[in-house]
Amino acid sequence: MATEKETIQFSDSALSKAKEIIGRYPEGKQKSALLPLLHLAQSEFDGWLSPAVMDYVASLLQIKPIEVYEVATFYTMFNLEPVGNHLLEVCRTGPCWLRGAEDIVKRIEQKLNIKVGETTADGKFTLKTVECLGSCGTAPMLQCGATFFENLSEESVEVLIEKLAKQKRSSYLRPTEINVG
Amino acid sequence: MGRQLLLEHIAVPGIETFEVYRKMGGYASVEKALKTMTPDQVTEQVKNSGLRGRGGAGFPAGMKWSFLDRKSDKPRYLVCNADESEPGTFKDRYLMEKIPHLLVEGMITSSYALGAKTSYIYIRGEYMYVLQILEKAIREAYAAGFLGKNILGTDYSLDLYVHPGAGAYICGEETALLESLEGKRGNPRLKPPFPAIAGLYASPTVVNNVETIAAVVPIVNLGGDEYAKVGVGKSTGTKLISASGHINKPGVYEIEMGLPVEEFIYSDQYCGGIWKGRKLKAVVAGGSSVPILPAELILKTAKGEPRLMTYESLADGGFTSGTMLGSGGFIVMDETTCIVRNLWTFARFYHHESCGQCSPCREGTGWMEKVLHRIEHGHGQMSDIDLLVDVAKKIEGNTICPLGDAAAWPVASAIRHFREEFEYHVKYPEKVKNPKHFEIEPFVSSKQLVMV
Repeated sequence: MATEKETIQFSDSALSKAKEIIGRYPEGKQKSALLPLLHLAQSEFDGWLSPAVMDYVASLLQIKPIEVYEVATFYTMFNLEPVGNHLLEVCRTGPCWLRGAEDIVKRIEQKLNIKVGETTADGKFTLKTVECLGSCGTAPMLQCGATFFENLSEESVEVLIEKLAKQKRSSYLRPTEINVG
Repeated sequence: MGRQLLLEHIAVPGIETFEVYRKMGGYASVEKALKTMTPDQVTEQVKNSGLRGRGGAGFPAGMKWSFLDRKSDKPRYLVCNADESEPGTFKDRYLMEKIPHLLVEGMITSSYALGAKTSYIYIRGEYMYVLQILEKAIREAYAAGFLGKNILGTDYSLDLYVHPGAGAYICGEETALLESLEGKRGNPRLKPPFPAIAGLYASPTVVNNVETIAAVVPIVNLGGDEYAKVGVGKSTGTKLISASGHINKPGVYEIEMGLPVEEFIYSDQYCGGIWKGRKLKAVVAGGSSVPILPAELILKTAKGEPRLMTYESLADGGFTSGTMLGSGGFIVMDETTCIVRNLWTFARFYHHESCGQCSPCREGTGWMEKVLHRIEHGHGQMSDIDLLVDVAKKIEGNTICPLGDAAAWPVASAIRHFREEFEYHVKYPEKVKNPKHFEIEPFVSSKQLVMV
């Protein structure tokens, strides 16, 4: 762990972004920057937060590591284990269920040959179900990185998976331009 | 279509840019407020407008503003609650995505009224792409001199930032939101003290929903009294309604308060009727937390009067035969919907989102989810139905924040109005094995048969 820790370091652009974020909060209240910095860290380090990454964020904010762990474990957007290049998060709450979310989940499971919560053997996809994403008028839908894919059908979600499979890791900060009609 | 006070220019190409927004009359409220009004005069207009908080609770916004401790020597904060997470609600996302400058303008005018020098927009982390749209709008507003030092050459200066959450419904509760903004777990605080006295960093703070802050723009432009002329009684102004579920035209609609519910559901200007030519079965009118109502009670009150889209009319009959306007998350269900399965998804939601601080909510939401799961999947007993009612009753009112109530009300109301359907699941386990059981053969209430 100690050797890994030494190699954990934001890129120059992420580091300057982190400093700019910390500056948004009053003197002595830099802990406020924790959630934005964890988002930044997750996007910098392959979509998940290892203990070493969390320790690094703690050092940036001059807070105790436990203050980062207790927060990272509370919020569902932070992945505490490695995830595939494309984390498919399908909304399963009432309004999406009414418009066929269960069929979408089933179709993805068949297409990728995994169950909810699992990652494909090639490490490309992880499938999760999540609670309401505020996209009820365009249901059913899924989120992948920073992109919402809406008004899905069983057919269009297959097309989406095929297109994503050809792409590098989905960004958590920038939406992609993929269109599945 | 009724009067549009927020979304009037939403279809104008380029309205998301400062240039076009300004050309359409944008930022007039900032000019008017900063150059011709004192902060207290702005607050007075908001009071006169009768505006009620648009996040769900419906508390008078002007009154909330007047509670702000203006004698404290600590800095004051305005925090916008853009943590929109109530199932069925997506109006704030629509507003921020399509017309971001309306929120930025509202934040500047409102911050001036409250004397805030730094303000934050707390947006749910899943809306990361909307955060970027807002940040672009904020950069444009700085460049045009509407944010930063000495706005429009006046003494007033303001910095505005957007802050992402990270996936927690509970952070929509204002004290949990403030905890989260301080970089902590989103555990709601015990009140008092209220945020108006000790909020962000223990300083006087106002937390308002996106739509509430946006509404300050037309209130200042028109004057509070003019704004109050729109709507009915104590439901003034317009309301953004998020329409979802089994309708022909899901989406966000700005309605004048007082629109009949029937017109909202069936008119082509709004939801366009029930999809696939089916019949209406039930509606959850104000986000997943509010009581579900069967078709006959959402269209007409128990007294037989047409139900209107207002705080008062939707609440007519209390929880016996009424519901709430809530966040305006209007979820429509057709005749093939299984009320039990829909409720199970809601119960699962609240179990997932309980912060775990209070035992009745932490444990009770889990029990309700489990019991609903077994009823829905054909393993339930008749006594489970009253068990659910009992658990819901023991959560309600016994928690620090309203999440417990929000989890209890849907359960209690579904059993109140659709008890027969729960009994059917227990009596005929074989018939509910297929998850789409009522699509295959819609459930028919014996009560309805008698009525027909």
